[in-house]
Amino acid sequence: MDGKLARWLLPVGALAALVGAWQVAASTGALADLLGLEPFLVPSPAEIGSALWENRSLLAENAWVTLQEIFFGFLIGLAVGLAFGFLLRPFETLRLSFYPLIVGSQAIPIIVFAPILVVWFGYGIGPKLAVVALVCFFPIAVATADGLRSVDPEATKMMRSLDASRGQLLWRLEAPTALPFTFSGAKIGVTFAPIAAVFGEWVGADSGLGHLILQDNAQLQTARVFAAALLLSAIAIGLYGLLALAERRVVTWR
Amino acid sequence: MKAESGQFVAAAASPAKGAELAVRGLTHRYGELTVIEGLDLSLPAGGVLGLVGPSGCGKSTLLELIAGLREPSAGAIELGGAGGGAARLAQCAFMPQRDMLLPWLSAVDNAALALRNRGARRGAARAQAGRLFERFGLAGFERARPAELSGGMRQRVAFLRTLVAGKPLLALDEPFASLDAITRAEMQAWLAGALAADPRTVVLVSHDVEEALYLADRVAVLSARPARAVEQLSAPAPRAPDRDAAVTDPAFVAARERAMAALHGGSR
Repeated sequence: MDGKLARWLLPVGALAALVGAWQVAASTGALADLLGLEPFLVPSPAEIGSALWENRSLLAENAWVTLQEIFFGFLIGLAVGLAFGFLLRPFETLRLSFYPLIVGSQAIPIIVFAPILVVWFGYGIGPKLAVVALVCFFPIAVATADGLRSVDPEATKMMRSLDASRGQLLWRLEAPTALPFTFSGAKIGVTFAPIAAVFGEWVGADSGLGHLILQDNAQLQTARVFAAALLLSAIAIGLYGLLALAERRVVTWR
Repeated sequence: MKAESGQFVAAAASPAKGAELAVRGLTHRYGELTVIEGLDLSLPAGGVLGLVGPSGCGKSTLLELIAGLREPSAGAIELGGAGGGAARLAQCAFMPQRDMLLPWLSAVDNAALALRNRGARRGAARAQAGRLFERFGLAGFERARPAELSGGMRQRVAFLRTLVAGKPLLALDEPFASLDAITRAEMQAWLAGALAADPRTVVLVSHDVEEALYLADRVAVLSARPARAVEQLSAPAPRAPDRDAAVTDPAFVAARERAMAALHGGSR
């Protein structure tokens, strides 16, 4: 088999086999028996598919809310992450002071923060943006700071002897060197963003996929829970794909 | 400081063909470690000085001191009569050991970096650097990215980048060390031609005695750390058009033997 074809066919085949096995196990009731559950609690892929279709407007409405939380939260995280990365670079004392704190801040589970953020920012989009931004900012800040530090000292000497000012050094050498690192950080951040948005919604929200999942779970609407989770994954994969595409367009030298 | 900034403008505005270099009583330390001690060197404007020495003897540090990228712990380095680090930096273009071409720029944009840094528009900078591509056998490669070029081509572009800066002194740190032997010999002949067409004062660090003796007018053999000049030799036929003939000439071979003897004596 052609290598390129295999790279597509094999994972698609594996996925189809898993979904097929799940379909058989769920529709015959074997999976529910195994788990000791009522059959309606264990939806088959076909049932999830029809839940997705029948509830399309409700799911789309809530997905739109969550997508906005993820998108704008990510943008805020990107801006703050870039600012940290670049500001810490020229000031060694600042970097030494804050870098460990930034790393340490990631050890605090954001789920602990989310309720406080609701107290501070209310039930609107504010706390969700804050949670998503908090999660995204870290990998972007760290990757950007590392990228800026990865500049070869010989290249810096070369640029200095070619009359580069501090600003030109940053713009012509350091920023392009850091760019692929920033993209890597952003790609990590964006895959965590949907989880963060769901956390934000769980603490207090009246719409969004996370809110819907919580409600449906309480009402044992398991097929719709799976459908919403599917949409969350689709959002994460879509945003990751967009970033990967942008990276390929911008970082043409790798 | 005033005199130094004045020097900067003068050097940037009118590319001189060379500047006289004088190093007196130069000592440099990294903390407790003395890497260069009481070194004296001199080089007339337009001359080429080769620096050879055992690895780790401080050759690269010496070059960076001369280029104004570092300030010495003691002693004086005068370039074109000016002594400060900023004034030296303004008169010197530094070519690092590895080519350090920026992978996101085309070959011609890499070569034009100094012009762009001084505020030239992209089109004008490309046109000026592009003329040198014609002259130095790189025509047709202007738009190539560094990754598309061979090792020898990359070194040529890196050298043009240094030349385009239009500065009186070129500081070359083992420019061809990363190349294979055949390409290195070709590049030495190419560099000799380039310097004949566009003469500058050059300080060339090399670990290769033959390369230094072929390219330089004079070769200073440095001792192991702390570096001192143990021997200064005149090259028999600097940058002779026929490189292969020049390096097998008995006078050249004798000079090489002397340099090697000094090198081994100095590193003991």
